[in-house]
Amino acid sequence: MNKELDNLDQQLLNITQRDFPITSKPYQAIGEKLGIEGSEVIDRIKKLKEQGYIRRLGGIFSSKELGYVSTLVATKVEEDKFYKVAEKINQYPGVTHNYRRNHDFNLWFTLIVSSSAKLEAQLAEIADLEGVKVLRNLPAKNLYKLGVNLDMQSKEQDRGEENGS
Amino acid sequence: MAVEIDELDKAIIREVQAELPLVERPYLEIAQRLEISEEELLDRLRKLKQEGKLRRLGVILYHRQAGYEFNGMGAWIVPAEKIEEVGAVMASYQKISHVYERPTYPDWPYNLFSMVHGQSQAEVEGILEEISQKTGIKDYRVLYSTEELKKVSMKYFCEEDSN
Repeated sequence: MNKELDNLDQQLLNITQRDFPITSKPYQAIGEKLGIEGSEVIDRIKKLKEQGYIRRLGGIFSSKELGYVSTLVATKVEEDKFYKVAEKINQYPGVTHNYRRNHDFNLWFTLIVSSSAKLEAQLAEIADLEGVKVLRNLPAKNLYKLGVNLDMQSKEQDRGEENGS
Repeated sequence: MAVEIDELDKAIIREVQAELPLVERPYLEIAQRLEISEEELLDRLRKLKQEGKLRRLGVILYHRQAGYEFNGMGAWIVPAEKIEEVGAVMASYQKISHVYERPTYPDWPYNLFSMVHGQSQAEVEGILEEISQKTGIKDYRVLYSTEELKKVSMKYFCEEDSN
Protein backbone atom coordinates (compact mmCIF):
# COMPACT_ATOMS: atom_id res chain seq x y z
CA MET A 1 0.00 0.00 0.00
CA ASN A 2 1.19 3.50 -0.79
CA LYS A 3 4.40 2.27 -2.35
CA GLU A 4 4.92 5.50 -4.24
CA LEU A 5 4.26 7.73 -1.25
CA ASP A 6 7.23 8.65 0.86
CA ASN A 7 6.88 9.89 4.38
CA LEU A 8 6.77 13.55 3.30
CA ASP A 9 3.96 12.85 0.83
CA GLN A 10 1.98 11.12 3.54
CA GLN A 11 2.47 13.99 5.98
CA LEU A 12 1.60 16.46 3.24
CA LEU A 13 -1.68 14.66 2.48
CA ASN A 14 -2.57 14.53 6.15
CA ILE A 15 -1.89 18.22 6.68
CA THR A 16 -3.58 19.43 3.51
CA GLN A 17 -6.69 17.35 4.15
CA ARG A 18 -7.28 18.99 7.48
CA ASP A 19 -5.94 22.40 7.56
CA PHE A 20 -5.00 24.24 4.39
CA PRO A 21 -3.87 27.73 5.40
CA ILE A 22 -5.98 30.76 4.47
CA THR A 23 -2.94 33.01 4.31
CA SER A 24 -1.07 34.74 1.53
CA LYS A 25 1.53 32.02 0.97
CA PRO A 26 -0.15 28.78 2.00
CA TYR A 27 2.30 26.40 0.32
CA GLN A 28 5.21 28.09 2.04
CA ALA A 29 3.40 27.80 5.39
CA ILE A 30 2.86 24.07 4.82
CA GLY A 31 6.50 23.73 3.76
CA GLU A 32 7.64 25.27 7.02
CA LYS A 33 5.78 22.58 8.95
CA LEU A 34 7.44 19.87 6.86
CA GLY A 35 10.87 21.43 6.62
CA ILE A 36 10.76 21.91 2.84
CA GLU A 37 10.39 24.84 0.46
CA GLY A 38 6.98 26.05 -0.67
CA SER A 39 7.94 25.24 -4.25
CA GLU A 40 8.54 21.62 -3.28
CA VAL A 41 5.09 21.50 -1.67
CA ILE A 42 3.63 22.68 -4.99
CA ASP A 43 5.67 20.13 -6.97
CA ARG A 44 4.61 17.33 -4.68
CA ILE A 45 0.92 18.29 -4.88
CA LYS A 46 1.20 18.37 -8.69
CA LYS A 47 2.76 14.91 -8.65
CA LEU A 48 0.09 13.56 -6.27
CA LYS A 49 -2.60 14.89 -8.58
CA GLU A 50 -0.97 13.30 -11.61
CA GLN A 51 -0.60 9.99 -9.81
CA GLY A 52 -4.29 10.05 -8.96
CA TYR A 53 -4.06 10.44 -5.20
CA ILE A 54 -5.57 13.92 -5.08
CA ARG A 55 -8.98 14.38 -6.65
CA ARG A 56 -9.15 18.11 -6.05
CA LEU A 57 -7.57 20.90 -4.06
CA GLY A 58 -10.19 23.45 -3.13
CA GLY A 59 -13.11 24.25 -0.87
CA ILE A 60 -15.85 21.98 0.37
CA PHE A 61 -18.95 23.96 1.20
CA SER A 62 -21.87 23.12 3.45
CA SER A 63 -24.93 22.82 1.25
CA LYS A 64 -27.17 23.50 4.23
CA GLU A 65 -25.34 26.67 5.25
CA LEU A 66 -25.51 27.90 1.65
CA GLY A 67 -29.29 27.51 1.71
CA TYR A 68 -29.42 24.34 -0.37
CA VAL A 69 -31.33 21.18 0.48
CA SER A 70 -29.85 17.74 0.09
CA THR A 71 -30.96 14.18 0.37
CA LEU A 72 -30.04 10.55 -0.17
CA VAL A 73 -32.35 8.58 -2.42
CA ALA A 74 -32.72 4.81 -2.62
CA THR A 75 -34.33 3.34 -5.72
CA LYS A 76 -35.22 -0.06 -7.08
CA VAL A 77 -34.53 -0.07 -10.79
CA GLU A 78 -35.37 -2.81 -13.27
CA GLU A 79 -32.14 -4.48 -14.28
CA ASP A 80 -32.68 -4.22 -18.04
CA LYS A 81 -33.26 -0.47 -17.77
CA PHE A 82 -30.62 0.14 -15.12
CA TYR A 83 -28.06 2.06 -17.15
CA LYS A 84 -30.65 4.06 -19.04
CA VAL A 85 -32.13 5.18 -15.74
CA ALA A 86 -28.69 5.86 -14.25
CA GLU A 87 -27.76 8.01 -17.23
CA LYS A 88 -30.96 10.07 -16.92
CA ILE A 89 -30.44 10.56 -13.19
CA ASN A 90 -26.82 11.57 -13.75
CA GLN A 91 -27.92 14.43 -16.00
CA TYR A 92 -29.22 16.38 -13.01
CA PRO A 93 -26.43 18.74 -11.91
CA GLY A 94 -27.45 18.29 -8.26
CA VAL A 95 -26.85 14.54 -8.42
CA THR A 96 -23.31 14.38 -7.04
CA HIS A 97 -22.98 10.72 -6.09
CA ASN A 98 -24.65 7.76 -7.74
CA TYR A 99 -23.81 4.13 -6.96
CA ARG A 100 -25.05 0.70 -7.74
CA ARG A 101 -25.35 -1.25 -4.51
CA ASN A 102 -25.77 -4.93 -3.76
CA HIS A 103 -29.39 -4.82 -2.60
CA ASP A 104 -32.97 -4.78 -3.94
CA PHE A 105 -32.52 -1.05 -3.61
CA ASN A 106 -29.88 -1.24 -6.30
CA LEU A 107 -29.33 2.42 -7.20
CA TRP A 108 -28.51 5.09 -4.62
CA PHE A 109 -27.85 8.72 -5.33
CA THR A 110 -27.43 12.02 -3.52
CA LEU A 111 -29.23 15.14 -4.67
CA ILE A 112 -28.43 18.76 -3.77
CA VAL A 113 -30.69 21.58 -5.02
CA SER A 114 -31.45 25.17 -4.13
CA SER A 115 -34.98 24.68 -2.78
CA SER A 116 -37.34 22.07 -1.34
CA ALA A 117 -39.78 22.67 -4.19
CA LYS A 118 -37.07 21.84 -6.68
CA LEU A 119 -36.12 18.73 -4.74
CA GLU A 120 -39.70 17.47 -4.75
CA ALA A 121 -40.07 18.23 -8.45
CA GLN A 122 -36.88 16.44 -9.46
CA LEU A 123 -37.66 13.41 -7.29
CA ALA A 124 -41.11 13.21 -8.87
CA GLU A 125 -39.53 13.28 -12.34
CA ILE A 126 -37.07 10.56 -11.42
CA ALA A 127 -39.76 8.40 -9.79
CA ASP A 128 -41.65 8.60 -13.09
CA LEU A 129 -38.74 7.36 -15.20
CA GLU A 130 -39.45 4.10 -16.95
CA GLY A 131 -37.73 1.32 -15.02
CA VAL A 132 -37.88 2.96 -11.59
CA LYS A 133 -40.03 0.63 -9.49
CA VAL A 134 -39.62 2.24 -6.07
CA LEU A 135 -38.09 5.51 -4.92
CA ARG A 136 -37.48 6.29 -1.27
CA ASN A 137 -36.40 9.73 -0.16
CA LEU A 138 -34.04 9.48 2.82
CA PRO A 139 -33.13 13.02 3.88
CA ALA A 140 -30.94 13.26 6.97
CA LYS A 141 -32.92 13.80 10.20
CA ASN A 142 -29.86 14.00 12.42
CA LEU A 143 -26.19 14.17 11.75
CA TYR A 144 -23.76 12.44 14.09
CA LYS A 145 -20.67 12.78 11.96
CA LEU A 146 -19.59 14.30 8.71
CA GLY A 147 -15.96 14.46 7.80
CA VAL A 148 -13.53 12.47 5.80
CA ASN A 149 -9.96 12.42 6.89
CA LEU A 150 -8.12 9.45 5.57
CA ASP A 151 -5.01 8.88 7.60
CA MET A 152 -2.19 8.24 5.19
CA GLN A 153 0.22 7.16 7.88
CA SER A 154 0.33 4.08 10.05
CA LYS A 155 -3.14 2.85 9.27
CA GLU A 156 -2.71 -0.35 11.23
CA GLN A 157 -1.84 1.59 14.34
CA ASP A 158 -5.00 3.66 14.00
CA ARG A 159 -7.03 0.54 13.89
CA GLY A 160 -5.42 -0.51 17.14
CA GLU A 161 -6.32 2.75 18.81
CA GLU A 162 -9.91 2.32 17.72
CA ASN A 163 -10.00 -1.14 19.18
CA GLY A 164 -8.83 0.24 22.46
CA SER A 165 -11.27 3.14 22.57
CA MET B 1 -34.63 29.06 3.87
CA ALA B 2 -33.35 32.59 4.20
CA VAL B 3 -29.62 32.41 3.81
CA GLU B 4 -28.02 35.71 2.94
CA ILE B 5 -25.09 35.37 0.59
CA ASP B 6 -24.00 38.38 -1.40
CA GLU B 7 -22.86 38.29 -5.00
CA LEU B 8 -19.18 38.57 -4.11
CA ASP B 9 -19.36 35.59 -1.76
CA LYS B 10 -21.12 33.64 -4.50
CA ALA B 11 -18.36 34.55 -6.94
CA ILE B 12 -15.74 33.50 -4.38
CA ILE B 13 -17.53 30.19 -3.80
CA ARG B 14 -17.65 29.54 -7.57
CA GLU B 15 -13.86 29.98 -7.72
CA VAL B 16 -12.89 28.10 -4.58
CA GLN B 17 -15.15 25.10 -5.28
CA ALA B 18 -12.95 24.47 -8.33
CA GLU B 19 -9.17 24.18 -8.09
CA LEU B 20 -6.87 26.30 -5.99
CA PRO B 21 -4.01 27.48 -8.23
CA LEU B 22 -0.63 25.83 -7.63
CA VAL B 23 1.35 29.06 -7.46
CA GLU B 24 3.11 30.80 -4.60
CA ARG B 25 0.16 33.11 -3.93
CA PRO B 26 -2.96 31.23 -5.06
CA TYR B 27 -5.39 33.58 -3.32
CA LEU B 28 -3.85 36.56 -5.08
CA GLU B 29 -4.50 34.87 -8.42
CA ILE B 30 -8.17 34.25 -7.54
CA ALA B 31 -8.54 37.76 -6.12
CA GLN B 32 -7.26 39.23 -9.38
CA ARG B 33 -9.83 37.23 -11.35
CA LEU B 34 -12.53 38.65 -9.06
CA GLU B 35 -11.03 42.14 -9.16
CA ILE B 36 -10.69 42.39 -5.40
CA SER B 37 -7.64 42.54 -3.13
CA GLU B 38 -5.99 39.42 -1.81
CA GLU B 39 -6.68 40.66 1.72
CA GLU B 40 -10.39 40.99 1.05
CA LEU B 41 -10.51 37.47 -0.38
CA LEU B 42 -8.67 36.06 2.65
CA ASP B 43 -11.01 37.92 5.03
CA ARG B 44 -14.07 36.67 3.18
CA LEU B 45 -12.81 33.09 3.16
CA ARG B 46 -12.05 33.20 6.87
CA LYS B 47 -15.55 34.53 7.49
CA LEU B 48 -17.14 31.84 5.30
CA LYS B 49 -15.20 29.26 7.28
CA GLN B 50 -16.18 30.78 10.61
CA GLU B 51 -19.84 30.79 9.61
CA GLY B 52 -19.63 27.14 8.62
CA LYS B 53 -20.40 27.86 4.99
CA LEU B 54 -16.92 26.74 3.99
CA ARG B 55 -16.59 23.40 5.74
CA ARG B 56 -13.08 22.68 4.75
CA LEU B 57 -10.38 23.87 2.43
CA GLY B 58 -7.78 21.41 1.27
CA VAL B 59 -7.22 18.25 -0.71
CA ILE B 60 -9.87 15.67 -1.45
CA LEU B 61 -8.38 12.25 -2.06
CA TYR B 62 -9.37 9.39 -4.26
CA HIS B 63 -10.18 6.80 -1.62
CA ARG B 64 -9.25 3.85 -3.74
CA GLN B 65 -5.84 5.09 -4.71
CA ALA B 66 -5.19 6.16 -1.13
CA GLY B 67 -5.55 2.54 -0.06
CA TYR B 68 -9.11 2.76 1.25
CA GLU B 69 -10.59 0.52 -1.37
CA PHE B 70 -13.69 -0.72 0.32
CA ASN B 71 -16.47 1.54 1.38
CA GLY B 72 -19.42 -0.09 3.04
CA MET B 73 -22.66 1.57 4.00
CA GLY B 74 -23.76 0.17 7.33
CA ALA B 75 -27.54 0.39 7.74
CA TRP B 76 -28.88 -0.19 11.24
CA ILE B 77 -32.21 -0.56 12.99
CA VAL B 78 -31.70 1.38 16.21
CA PRO B 79 -34.44 2.12 18.77
CA ALA B 80 -35.10 5.87 19.12
CA GLU B 81 -33.89 6.00 22.73
CA LYS B 82 -30.51 4.48 21.81
CA ILE B 83 -29.82 6.39 18.67
CA GLU B 84 -27.78 9.19 20.20
CA GLU B 85 -25.55 6.77 22.09
CA VAL B 86 -25.05 4.47 19.09
CA GLY B 87 -24.42 7.45 16.81
CA ALA B 88 -21.68 8.65 19.14
CA VAL B 89 -19.99 5.24 19.18
CA MET B 90 -19.99 5.17 15.36
CA ALA B 91 -18.72 8.73 15.12
CA SER B 92 -15.71 7.84 17.30
CA TYR B 93 -14.25 5.64 14.56
CA GLN B 94 -11.71 7.36 12.37
CA LYS B 95 -12.67 5.09 9.46
CA ILE B 96 -16.33 6.05 9.66
CA SER B 97 -16.85 9.27 7.72
CA HIS B 98 -20.61 9.83 7.80
CA VAL B 99 -23.22 8.94 10.42
CA TYR B 100 -26.80 9.98 9.74
CA GLU B 101 -30.25 9.24 11.08
CA ARG B 102 -32.75 8.94 8.22
CA PRO B 103 -36.46 8.18 7.84
CA THR B 104 -37.75 4.63 7.46
CA TYR B 105 -40.31 2.97 5.20
CA PRO B 106 -42.06 -0.40 5.33
CA ASP B 107 -39.56 -1.67 2.76
CA TRP B 108 -36.59 0.16 4.35
CA PRO B 109 -36.59 -0.18 8.14
CA TYR B 110 -32.99 0.96 8.69
CA ASN B 111 -32.81 4.34 10.43
CA LEU B 112 -29.11 4.87 11.12
CA PHE B 113 -26.42 4.96 8.44
CA SER B 114 -22.66 4.69 8.90
CA MET B 115 -20.22 4.96 6.01
CA VAL B 116 -17.11 2.89 6.64
CA HIS B 117 -13.87 3.15 4.68
CA GLY B 118 -11.43 0.30 4.91
CA GLN B 119 -8.66 -1.46 3.10
CA SER B 120 -10.57 -4.70 2.76
CA GLN B 121 -14.07 -6.02 3.01
CA ALA B 122 -13.01 -7.93 6.12
CA GLU B 123 -11.85 -4.71 7.77
CA VAL B 124 -15.14 -2.93 7.00
CA GLU B 125 -17.17 -5.85 8.31
CA GLY B 126 -14.91 -6.12 11.35
CA ILE B 127 -15.58 -2.51 12.28
CA LEU B 128 -19.35 -2.97 11.91
CA GLU B 129 -19.24 -6.20 13.91
CA GLU B 130 -17.32 -4.44 16.68
CA ILE B 131 -19.90 -1.63 16.78
CA SER B 132 -22.65 -4.21 16.93
CA GLN B 133 -20.99 -5.86 19.92
CA LYS B 134 -20.32 -2.56 21.69
CA THR B 135 -23.84 -1.23 21.23
CA GLY B 136 -25.89 -4.41 21.30
CA ILE B 137 -27.53 -3.50 17.99
CA LYS B 138 -27.80 -6.78 16.09
CA ASP B 139 -30.11 -5.72 13.32
CA TYR B 140 -27.93 -4.27 10.62
CA ARG B 141 -26.63 -4.90 7.14
CA VAL B 142 -23.89 -3.60 4.96
CA LEU B 143 -24.37 -2.39 1.42
CA TYR B 144 -21.37 -2.08 -0.84
CA SER B 145 -21.09 0.16 -3.82
CA THR B 146 -20.51 -2.30 -6.63
CA GLU B 147 -20.29 0.37 -9.29
CA GLU B 148 -19.65 4.11 -9.25
CA LEU B 149 -22.12 5.69 -11.67
CA LYS B 150 -21.31 9.32 -10.82
CA LYS B 151 -19.13 11.15 -8.36
CA VAL B 152 -18.60 14.89 -8.67
CA SER B 153 -18.26 17.87 -6.38
CA MET B 154 -21.33 20.04 -6.13
CA LYS B 155 -21.12 23.30 -8.06
CA TYR B 156 -23.01 25.92 -6.11
CA PHE B 157 -24.42 29.11 -7.60
CA CYS B 158 -24.08 27.99 -11.20
CA GLU B 159 -26.64 28.77 -13.89
CA GLU B 160 -28.36 25.40 -13.86
CA ASP B 161 -29.73 25.78 -10.38
CA SER B 162 -29.95 29.52 -9.91
CA ASN B 163 -33.60 29.72 -10.95
